[in-house]
Amino acid sequence: MKNIDQILEHCKELAFDLEFSYAKNWKSAQTDRVLIGYMPIYFPREITHAANALAVGILGTGDRKQIIKGDAFYQSYICHIPRGIIELALDGNLDEIDGFIFPSICDVIRNLSGTFQILKKGKFVKYLDYPQNFLSHIGGKFYKTELLHILHEIQKINNIEVTPEKLNNSIKLYNINQRLLKEIYNIRQEYPWRISFENLYYVVRAGMVITVEEHNKILEDVLEFLNINNGEPMDKIKVVISGAFCEQPPIGLIKTIELAGCYIVDDDLLLGSRWMKGDVADNTDDPLNALSEAYMNLSTFSSSVYSVGKPKGEQLVQLIKERNADGIIFAAPSFCDPALLDLPVMQKACDDANIRYISFQYNENTGQYKVIKEQVGAFSDSIKLWEDTVSS
Amino acid sequence: MSKEVEKEKSMVLQKEMVARLFDELSAANETGKKVVYTFVPGNLSELILAFDMLPVYPEINALQSGMRKLSGNYIREAEKFGHSEDVCTYVKCDIGMMLSGNIGPTGKKLPDPDLLLLSYTGCFTFMKWFENLEKLYPGVPIAMLHTPYQESGKITPDMTEYMVKQIKEEVIPKMELVSGKKLDEEKLNAIIQNSIEIEDLIVKIFDTTKNVPSPIDAYFAGVYYIGPINIGFRGTKDAVDYYTELLKEIEYRVENKLGPVTPEGVMEERFRLVVEGPPNWTNFREFWKLFYDHGAVVVASTYTKVGGMHDLGFRHDVKRPFESLAEYCMNCYTNLNLTQRISLLSKYIKDYNADGLLVNSIKSCNSFSAGQLIMMRKIEEDLETPVGFIESDLVDPRYFSFSNIKNRLDSFFQMLDQRRVILKDKTAVI
Repeated sequence: MKNIDQILEHCKELAFDLEFSYAKNWKSAQTDRVLIGYMPIYFPREITHAANALAVGILGTGDRKQIIKGDAFYQSYICHIPRGIIELALDGNLDEIDGFIFPSICDVIRNLSGTFQILKKGKFVKYLDYPQNFLSHIGGKFYKTELLHILHEIQKINNIEVTPEKLNNSIKLYNINQRLLKEIYNIRQEYPWRISFENLYYVVRAGMVITVEEHNKILEDVLEFLNINNGEPMDKIKVVISGAFCEQPPIGLIKTIELAGCYIVDDDLLLGSRWMKGDVADNTDDPLNALSEAYMNLSTFSSSVYSVGKPKGEQLVQLIKERNADGIIFAAPSFCDPALLDLPVMQKACDDANIRYISFQYNENTGQYKVIKEQVGAFSDSIKLWEDTVSS
Repeated sequence: MSKEVEKEKSMVLQKEMVARLFDELSAANETGKKVVYTFVPGNLSELILAFDMLPVYPEINALQSGMRKLSGNYIREAEKFGHSEDVCTYVKCDIGMMLSGNIGPTGKKLPDPDLLLLSYTGCFTFMKWFENLEKLYPGVPIAMLHTPYQESGKITPDMTEYMVKQIKEEVIPKMELVSGKKLDEEKLNAIIQNSIEIEDLIVKIFDTTKNVPSPIDAYFAGVYYIGPINIGFRGTKDAVDYYTELLKEIEYRVENKLGPVTPEGVMEERFRLVVEGPPNWTNFREFWKLFYDHGAVVVASTYTKVGGMHDLGFRHDVKRPFESLAEYCMNCYTNLNLTQRISLLSKYIKDYNADGLLVNSIKSCNSFSAGQLIMMRKIEEDLETPVGFIESDLVDPRYFSFSNIKNRLDSFFQMLDQRRVILKDKTAVI
């Protein structure tokens, strides 16, 4: 196993490299390599991998870049993430990215795809319209045509044909990736002091800008480290964070939550990296269909997916129980319609299940944490004191 | 403001139609008529009528509440219930209204839905809205109709096939279940035939603004004109009669070179504008008067196309009923990509010989608002057309700042005046 500190430092650099140097170096090594930028939440990276393309997660600029041009594109009442993405595009940070995928998660990201079209960024811009119908012969078929469209666009660039064998192989690698992440989260649920959430976040986010092969190696090393009994438990409550699936909270905010007395044992920050609840079939004649079926049947719950017969509130409560968490922190970006419109439904489910929660809003470049620290600290204390009262 | 509004025959007709609908809704529990809650963009009026069901449009209730100064309290109710200040005020107004007893615009209680028909067209928030309603009306069946976005600027056969399957296998079976009737395709086609006639009429109506002076205001009055076609009357004989009468009245105005009828009286045209974005409803008459005072007539607007792009050629089709229902949904304005929206606005500016474009950017509506700034810049660059920008909200009175809007509009109209002088001077020099 490599030195864990070096691994974490490497992941930290990758996670916040707004120049996407790794991806650009990877591309320059072979002439038929392609870079595909994708926005939150989920994108089936298996198809890009099979097409000799690297999917590069674009999550905005956080608090790492001053936004000047991006602000001229959006009114004050629109969330922050598209401003950062525009800033990156106009400053040339995304110049070597060949195509851009905008998954259908909200009207802002949808219309950002139109802005990229007008700015003529990349060789293609695709708004990936995820079906909200979950029957294989209706929504599933439509989803396959969407994926085929992307593959054709990549093929136009590098002339590489994606065979079932190649795609099955890619699915295998991403299945391994998902399993490793699940194992890491499972261990952290029991022993959250073994690695801070901040470091875990770097590890997961790094996987959005490097090859799956390299990320799997990193995850194996992190897993090995986590299996060693290290660190000492502290008197903290266990919480799940919900609502932060698109615009990411700044690292300072994550640290604040941890410092204020919480172990974060599950979250939706980089939900797309852990989207599938099980393995995608990796040995079929029609692997595109396997991906489609997996999307229909194995997707996790999300504010951007219509919950037919599977209320999100109940799924969130189930997650809290599975993680044995003490409470939930609803942390949503300001002006995020999907997350904020889900709040009353989610909170009602928590009330019904007697799960405690707090709620606040942030921007990706929020710089003041004092109020949040006090709020989270009071939340943590109240749970600890409440538990003491009950047990006594 | 207390001036009596001049009523034309078409206005009376519309008022009677709407009153009849709300009477029927109030009596739905007694008559046993089934009630469908659905949305304006991508509404399936023809199917609802074919099953003899009654529609309720939550966003219409919200805008009516806004006009009746009720929305502020409803929004506060929804915020007490847990909704953020940041989110769509149509949603909050509707939920607040429901939490306050669901009293409709006529003062009578609206019936609960028998079916929630989620026509998810051009607005992601619609989906979240109905997920909330699903919780508030537990057990009511939901039919989800997902309309793919025109991301590439066109409707592909795959998109149509996806929608037709949903209509046939998701929407119609749920309607049959709720109504207890099988779909009568002959009846549906007769309704569609009326829709085609209505669509022809409304295109002619909005095209009359090519005249100088324009006989109508295509935004402030336009929102009344689109009422029947958008809130459940498309496909009815009543709506054919209404639009026939309306066109007759407008043609009379054209022949007599009369300007638009407004609450303040007949307007004298000084400026011709194209407007992008929905209006503010809480201060609708004040807002309109700001334009009236400057003689600014809106000759085309995109908001009046949220219920369908008939002026670009779309018509329902009796030979392809389900395909045309699908294409109708995909053709609503907010389902067009930004490039299509720019092309449409540019076409309006040219076709209707407009002096400028005005964007009313709505805090609540990301579907409209996100991307408007680049659209403005592009149009300004491409056409050298002056573009003005104001901000307000749909139904949240807290976001209507009269003085800010007035200042911006005054400046915009001064600029248009000045430009006219400059252009005249240039022409004289040449």
